[in-house]
Amino acid sequence: MDAAPILETRQKSIIQKGRKKQTIQCESDSEAGCVSQRACVYCGARVVLNPVADALHLVHGPIGCASYTWDIRGSLNSGADLYRNSFCTDLKEHDIIFGGEKKLSAALDELIPKFRPPLVFVYSTCVVGVIGDDLEAVCKAASGKYGIPVLPVQSSGFIGSKSAGYRAACDVLFRLIEAPAPGWTMDLRPRLNYLGDFNLAGEAWIIRSYLKRIGVEVNVVFTGDSRYEAIRGAANANLNIIQCAGSMHYLAGKLEEAYGIPCLSVSFLGLDDTAESLRAIARHFKNEDVACRVEKLIIEESARVMPQIKKYKERLQGKRAAVFVGGGFKAISLIKQFREIGMEVVMIGTQTGRKEEYEKMDTLVTEGAVILDDANPAELERFMLEQGADLLVGGVKERPLAYKLGVAFVDHNHDRKHPLSGYAGAVNFAAEVYSTLGSPVWNAVKGVKVHA
Amino acid sequence: MLDATPKKIVERTSGGMINPAKTCQPIGAMYAALGIHRCLPHSHGSQGCCSYHRMHLTRHFRDPVMASTSSFTEGASVFGGGANLKTAIKNVFEIYDPDVMAVHTTCLSETIGDDLPTIIKQAEMPEGKVVFHANTPSYQGSHITGFSNMTKAMVTYFSESTLPEKEDRVNLIPGFVNPGDMREIKRITAMMEIPCIMFPDTSGVLDSPMTGSFQMYPEGGVTLPELKKTGDSKLSLALGRFASSDAAGTLEKKCKVPAITLKTPIGIKATDAFIMALRGAFAMEVPRELEEERGQLVDIMTDTHFHFHGKKVAIFGDPDIVAAMVEFSLSLGMQPVHVLTGTPGGALGSGMAGFEEEIKELLSAAGITGNVKSAGDLFTLHQWIKNEPVDLLIGNTYGKFIARAEDVPFVRLGFPILDRSVHSYLPVVGYHGAMRLIEMISGALLDRQDRDAADEDFELVM
Repeated sequence: MDAAPILETRQKSIIQKGRKKQTIQCESDSEAGCVSQRACVYCGARVVLNPVADALHLVHGPIGCASYTWDIRGSLNSGADLYRNSFCTDLKEHDIIFGGEKKLSAALDELIPKFRPPLVFVYSTCVVGVIGDDLEAVCKAASGKYGIPVLPVQSSGFIGSKSAGYRAACDVLFRLIEAPAPGWTMDLRPRLNYLGDFNLAGEAWIIRSYLKRIGVEVNVVFTGDSRYEAIRGAANANLNIIQCAGSMHYLAGKLEEAYGIPCLSVSFLGLDDTAESLRAIARHFKNEDVACRVEKLIIEESARVMPQIKKYKERLQGKRAAVFVGGGFKAISLIKQFREIGMEVVMIGTQTGRKEEYEKMDTLVTEGAVILDDANPAELERFMLEQGADLLVGGVKERPLAYKLGVAFVDHNHDRKHPLSGYAGAVNFAAEVYSTLGSPVWNAVKGVKVHA
Repeated sequence: MLDATPKKIVERTSGGMINPAKTCQPIGAMYAALGIHRCLPHSHGSQGCCSYHRMHLTRHFRDPVMASTSSFTEGASVFGGGANLKTAIKNVFEIYDPDVMAVHTTCLSETIGDDLPTIIKQAEMPEGKVVFHANTPSYQGSHITGFSNMTKAMVTYFSESTLPEKEDRVNLIPGFVNPGDMREIKRITAMMEIPCIMFPDTSGVLDSPMTGSFQMYPEGGVTLPELKKTGDSKLSLALGRFASSDAAGTLEKKCKVPAITLKTPIGIKATDAFIMALRGAFAMEVPRELEEERGQLVDIMTDTHFHFHGKKVAIFGDPDIVAAMVEFSLSLGMQPVHVLTGTPGGALGSGMAGFEEEIKELLSAAGITGNVKSAGDLFTLHQWIKNEPVDLLIGNTYGKFIARAEDVPFVRLGFPILDRSVHSYLPVVGYHGAMRLIEMISGALLDRQDRDAADEDFELVM
């Protein structure tokens, strides 16, 4: 079909490198009537908090929001499973008219004794925001009654974008964090919090193992495979490293302000970024031993994976990638990571990237690459075809779109099946890219065209 | 272990859900609207709703699911969503150019009280384009209710009685089933040489073939002229009373098209009833090919009956599918001892008995006492199974948690199925669908028998 026209108001959110100097419009509301790939505040809050594995996550609202988020994120955990169940107050018409506070309170009375969680999150949804239930009061009462934290998450869908949900989640996490333990001082041994890794397919475990090898202790990961106890003690750290900045820079800021914990941006996607991030950690601690171990780890791991990466690179050289992901940090890393396997990114976009992240992308991509914010499927289709992309990196909704165009696909979102972080992840990534690009099924697709 | 469910059953009174067996109305409305040719469903609410529905449908059908959203912000929820919807209508036709835009509401826009008919009337839209709507508050019913409401809206907006005499044609309202099922229902009707209009019809939309290009609006779907003509048809068959009887009843009132409500044609009895209804109304003979298919099914049922006899089974999911599946499992000699749907009980506007009564009647006729519940959740089902174990579990993907915890063979049926593919292309309805179900069920039971057999009991021939 002919490419759909681009809405005039959307033009400002799409730029092409080298064509003319302009700034991208981002961090703004979506245009009504667009087939946006974006989600809502609740979605943002839920994806950040969901990996807190021993918490009871109670959705206060009609059933949908709970149903759609029941165990959809592949955040692995090492034991506690409560977060993989779905709890909902299932508000009905009667509750909408008379208020849902009583029902929420009854649900808490039923669930807390039954499941004995150390912690409860109560998510506000759209309708709760409109009818004005006092979540704070109900939660406070339950908290007093059962002696555990019961915290409201202010995540009514309409109060902003997914990013607002990240902030709501960070607010709640911050409330759980207690003052540093007596005896803790910042100049003690290297001990950091790792922010913005949700342990998809076990990624945080890989990074934990690297940090252990370089002599740096991980205090808590926000929020992959985390537990209430560990989150409470987050102030007992002398550094926050932050990967998914979109979701976590707000919490890092709060921790710096309250407890003076400095913050360092990292990315463990791709060989270069992983090495550079580990070196930056060593530099931060000004610790010779750590620095030495980092170099050793880089040499060892590189030696282990380079032959495989090289093999893939030879086969992938010259292929063109399109990227559409949630946040900016991942997009930036992916440009570099594709270069490591011989591929160029010809189209790149995010749902919620920030201005400085888009500027960074613009410096990294080659001439002619298209950069776009909050793209809709019609735009993705148009630019993938115009730019001659062989592969799309995206999430659930982008996958069948790519396939219909005969374009290969890698999931870099909830549905990823292999860890894509660190050195092991770099090999997995290359392998996934190769296995989709190199599949013989695309020959059958070409056949479809011939007969048509 | 991934099992947080205690065996001891304590009565729950809060009205909350643990591990739901339903979802909300709008996704059902979105699915129904996709069954109109060149229609873009539109979600009048926050962005997240639309995103979640598209994601869920995409995971089930593994095809692109297009829908737009009003993208509510704080302002819209204070001042009403009228301006957002008007902008959306303008943008949708400008950029995506559908023939029809099907607006459904959400809990948010319903609570704010947006008056959709008035907003739609005031909106600018290009000549020849159509916008229609259904109210689908998420705090009532389930996704099945939403499907039913959107299907009914197709009748209230489009069906017309224009001729003095009805035409020799049947309206088929298939309910919330897969495109593969819709194709099979149409195939059977075509074999009977009876013209039909199916609505909604997602075949050719959500099981569209690979052509090497992306089509925003694939070939399939009922067209607006066809929807209009449903008012001149001789008969409506509502297949599944929860999802379809409301539309059929409305059409009967509006255009005097007689309506018959039947079970979703899953299994031999329900398929017989469907074919007999067609035969009765149109005085057509059942063709030899169809008799042959039925004969094959009966042959298979006799060949395999000893696999099924006396096996205890738990069945959950959407009410129409569950009711038909209970009936079929009884025909096979199985004992459905736990039967549950998340959708609330009474049949919508049909004046018929509720889900629990219907199932209990089926069970008692077979001399079986079992647990039956509407508006239930999978926590309840899991507790039942812990207290009275079963040999087989039948339901949607979410059953896998229970199947794993209790180590029960599991057959996936219904919506959503998020962890297996191809299911949406192949039917479970009709005689062929029944054969497929038998293959799935006996495969699951025999694979388990093989897995559990001691070396000396491991058999080549089964």
